[in-house]
Amino acid sequence: MPTWQLRLLRGRPGGSPRLEIYRVELPAEAYLIDAVEKIWAEQDRSLLFRHACHHASCGACGVRVNGRERLMCITPLREFSPDRPIQVEPLRHFPWLGDLLVDVSPMMRRMAEVGFAIVRQDELTADRPLPEGIERITRFEDCIECGLCLSACPVMAADEAYLGPATLAAIERMLKEPRGGDTARLLTLADDPHGAWRCHSAMECTAVCPSNVDPASAIGRLRRRLIAERFRRWIGGGR
Amino acid sequence: MSYHVIVIGAGSTGAAVAHDLALRGFRVTVVERGEVASGTSGRNHCLLHSGGRYAMRDPESARECIEENMILRRIMPEALELNDGLFVALDEQDLAWKERFLAACEECGIPAREIPVRQALALEPHLNPNILAAVQVPDGVFEPFRFCLSFLATARRNGATVLTYTEVVDFVFQGRTVAGVRVRDRRTGEERVIGGDIVVNAAGPWSGRIAAMAGVDVPVVPTAGVMISVGRRWNRMVINRLNMPGDGDIIVPQRRTAIIGTTSWRVEDPDFIPIPEDHVRLLLDRAERFIPGYTRGGIRGIFAVARPLVGRRGVAADGRELSRTFECFDHAADGVEGFVTITGGKMTTARAMAEKAVDVVCAKLGLEIPCRTREVPLLSYRAFFD
Repeated sequence: MPTWQLRLLRGRPGGSPRLEIYRVELPAEAYLIDAVEKIWAEQDRSLLFRHACHHASCGACGVRVNGRERLMCITPLREFSPDRPIQVEPLRHFPWLGDLLVDVSPMMRRMAEVGFAIVRQDELTADRPLPEGIERITRFEDCIECGLCLSACPVMAADEAYLGPATLAAIERMLKEPRGGDTARLLTLADDPHGAWRCHSAMECTAVCPSNVDPASAIGRLRRRLIAERFRRWIGGGR
Repeated sequence: MSYHVIVIGAGSTGAAVAHDLALRGFRVTVVERGEVASGTSGRNHCLLHSGGRYAMRDPESARECIEENMILRRIMPEALELNDGLFVALDEQDLAWKERFLAACEECGIPAREIPVRQALALEPHLNPNILAAVQVPDGVFEPFRFCLSFLATARRNGATVLTYTEVVDFVFQGRTVAGVRVRDRRTGEERVIGGDIVVNAAGPWSGRIAAMAGVDVPVVPTAGVMISVGRRWNRMVINRLNMPGDGDIIVPQRRTAIIGTTSWRVEDPDFIPIPEDHVRLLLDRAERFIPGYTRGGIRGIFAVARPLVGRRGVAADGRELSRTFECFDHAADGVEGFVTITGGKMTTARAMAEKAVDVVCAKLGLEIPCRTREVPLLSYRAFFD
């Protein structure tokens, strides 16, 4: 069984973070989350990290792996070589709580402000007949609120008040399928210097999204919608 | 009333217990050594049981499942996909169970109805076209992390304190009565004592370890299972094998994925569970029988976690024979006052487990406060982050 080298960012707020090397034996079929959990279980019980579902549904285990935002649970070890350390650091642009752990509540509060509902109509299988007793076919939204896009976004580094790719993509989803949401309020939220107009299309969000959300395209669609709304108001002589 | 109850564990059981306690007016502190749902609950198969799986072998658990399934639909719609489930017969052996299965479901109050194979294949075109029968039941799918967060968010709104990354390192006694717990804040390394009138152990497969700290024995048998998630959602409804519960006989769809599970073996240490390679092969082989081409689209994640089954004497060690029902232990019977363990059960029955545990807590304190968790809708999981 191969021995993997992990270089983990360690430390606590107030102290200076450092990178520490750990060695862990696991088959190549295992995932990065298994390696980190095994280090915690067998080598260092003080290691802080987030995880829950281990199949990319909860969004808890986002980190930066060799500088790139990833979910540890779907990052297979076989992608790496046992000779070179795998560097694991916490997400950026979130309050750091220590080691690999960040506080995701600022993002969650923004998603709450949008009223982003996670249960959607399932369009993937909409062509099939409905089972008896089922009114509509639902599935959970693609966005798992993992925060990878916020960490990868260069604008987040420059503007703390920026709504961020996940929130803007959520607004775009809710405008398309409001599920009881107040669309006028959502448009106002997005039509803001810290909203859809702040994005400069670096596309990093879409590149790191583990869940098919494609926030960059969603922000593009949102901007077109905002322009259309402005035009409509201008034509109609309204506000 | 100002009784303070400490709940150990923020998985589904601890989260539901905290919610029930807070609703009944207790002061509540939840201590959890990691993230919410970082143990068994998070790595759940995501199956909101109709009870169909247990109807033939474990009717008590089946009845609990269908009752709770209907309650959860009312109180936490935001964390559920409600697309029903099918029990399908893959061969003559499965087919031979059909009548008994339908009768057992009826007996347990599970609405089950046979549908023509042609209709089942129209609903689920990726299903093996050679199935011999299909029975529709009200299974569902949940999001385990958000399931737990919803209970905790509501508990918090009602005054509960939730301390994550806070590990219990010891119990504090006054004589033979538990008076609190010593905890370590894993972020600072600092230890402190939290005093409480009652401590509820909701640590799942770790509840034996927690109970041992208080000097009592809990017959919990950590029984692991493997699950494999793939890159494509092949099915809309939960697909179960129409037979006695066995390995690799359920495919749960969720978001854009499908998850085949599970296996069952006893583990000593639930902290880290190495995944047996032969279990992976077996699951993929079984998945192919339901949905030919299951792994086309790639494997997304492979994971294992331990169930907290309640041990019974003389029962096989692989755990399939153990009931999925739950037990509440008042450790006064073991000579330790102020300490209760709630374990066993399913995530689907977490609310009922909480009701039972809090009934025991009330009885111990001589209180009569009715449970309200059947009726009170839960807040959004996001309220946890308010």
